[in-house]
Amino acid sequence: MGDRSTRLLWPILGLPAMVWIALFFLVPLYVVLCVAFGTSDPVFRTAIPIWNPLEWQFAQVQVVWERLFGADNFYLPVVLRTIVYVVLAVCGCLLIAFPVAYFTARFAGRFRGLVLALLIAPFIISYMMRMLAWINLLQPDGLVNSIITLGGLLPLEVNWLSGKPYVVVMGLVYGYIPYMLLPLFVALDRISPSLLEAARDLGAGGVSTFRRVILPMSIPGIVAGTLLVSLPMMGDYFTSDMLSKSPKTTMIGNLINLSIVSPGQAGQAGALLILVLLVLLVPMVWYTRSNARAEVRS
Amino acid sequence: MTVSAAPAEAILDSSRSPRRRALRGTPGAKAYGLATITAVYLLWSLLPVAITVLFSFNEGRSRSTWQGFSLRWYTWDPTGSIINDESLRVALLHTFVLAVLATLITVPLGVLFALALDRWRGRIPAGANFLALITFVIPEIALAIGLLFMVTYLATPFGLGTWAQVIGLVTYQLAYPIVICRARLLTIGAHYEEAARDLGASALGAVRRVILPMLFPAILVSAILVFADVLDDFVLVRYLSSDASTETTSMRIYATARAAPSPALNAMATVILAVSILTIVVGWLLFRRWARRQGEKADMGSLASTL
Repeated sequence: MGDRSTRLLWPILGLPAMVWIALFFLVPLYVVLCVAFGTSDPVFRTAIPIWNPLEWQFAQVQVVWERLFGADNFYLPVVLRTIVYVVLAVCGCLLIAFPVAYFTARFAGRFRGLVLALLIAPFIISYMMRMLAWINLLQPDGLVNSIITLGGLLPLEVNWLSGKPYVVVMGLVYGYIPYMLLPLFVALDRISPSLLEAARDLGAGGVSTFRRVILPMSIPGIVAGTLLVSLPMMGDYFTSDMLSKSPKTTMIGNLINLSIVSPGQAGQAGALLILVLLVLLVPMVWYTRSNARAEVRS
Repeated sequence: MTVSAAPAEAILDSSRSPRRRALRGTPGAKAYGLATITAVYLLWSLLPVAITVLFSFNEGRSRSTWQGFSLRWYTWDPTGSIINDESLRVALLHTFVLAVLATLITVPLGVLFALALDRWRGRIPAGANFLALITFVIPEIALAIGLLFMVTYLATPFGLGTWAQVIGLVTYQLAYPIVICRARLLTIGAHYEEAARDLGASALGAVRRVILPMLFPAILVSAILVFADVLDDFVLVRYLSSDASTETTSMRIYATARAAPSPALNAMATVILAVSILTIVVGWLLFRRWARRQGEKADMGSLASTL
């Protein structure tokens, strides 16, 4: 084998995946643009994509824009609600995951392997199964109701699955918290115990050590966890569908999903999706680049 | 600064320090508080699933009142069990078919790409790597809608169904083998390959006979992750399915958990969970066999360190 063929070997090995990514990642995203900036058939209301970017029209985007910020802005409350739910769910994830990850990293001792395995376990349990678990528990004749009514003695029965915002937020926390736990654990595990000892030797109390040593050093984990948790939540529609099924808890993901499954709204679904992606673009690119840089450094 | 910091840390690190021994011996009240939080979290996280599994073995139709142990919802119920209810049986089978197909395509594609990235420098591979990593963080719904539109408006002869689902899943999972194998290649380094080349192996021969065998744990871990993740997929497979014959278990749960629930749904979810666990066990056994042959340490830690 000559030098030439050796040099060519690497591009040849990489080619299949690159073709795959171009065909099945870039092209689909481009088709979304063409549908969103296309028109629709006046009779059948099916979307007609416009393939040439120079001829793109903005009717669909305008419809979505009107619903967001125009006179009839019935999308706006949904967007605001999504932001509130995601912020609450991320805070919930952080508040629960931080002490758990900290305990696992520092104090778990000989149970460390076991605790870590149990923290990872939700990853292999299907999301839908975990939602099913809560439906079983929270249904009108479920275990939660039979416990709080002491088996039907007290009139405290709650219809949990009928548009309760806190149930949806709880579902989001439950569903996504593993993605917060792992990066936090990795960041906290890297803090050398001798640093904490040094802080104490230098006169820092517990609160001060936490605020000035542990917290700053766990920031990469907090940021990574927050992104990994919040990005999928922005497109999530099934958590709300499973645990509430009420228009009172509609999220952006539900709007997109409804436009997809109802006929004649493909263009609006595309436009809405593009708006969401535009907002998420900065955090997505930032996260990917910082990961690539960390890889180079190691 | 760095010069003086290193020995200072070494002194603090030595277990001769009585302070440190004291810290290690008595975890203190703070640790008990944290332990309680962790225990409560683990209960909250896993108990609901355990209850779901438990009620898949319920004799009756209830999913909250225990009526005795039975395999009714797995086998003998004439219409409702996962064997006799056609929609559940089809969904289970289709889920496994998708997981196998997607894994068989994703892993080789990703491994080859990781090998290429390890040696090939420049803007093109860097850009491709960036795109592959973006598929990892982009909301799944974006990829699902993109492929749905592509099939409906551009590649019309292909149509939705199994292959559309497989293509979507492979695209979404491709980042796993790439990231995992690249990390492993970085720790392997270039020495082994150079030695093989010095001994007369061709570049391809060195990859095939030296690098690929050393990459085995990384390939194994990515295959397990892809397989288990595809079993759970919902968003992509739902938008890209054509009809009832390409429904998966997650779609069945989504469609019927609220409308027409029965313990058979719990049974179906339990089967998927069991297969996920089985996959990990089989992967672990394969790793142990590999490690023994290589004369390496075969414990969980060394498998995890390939990540």
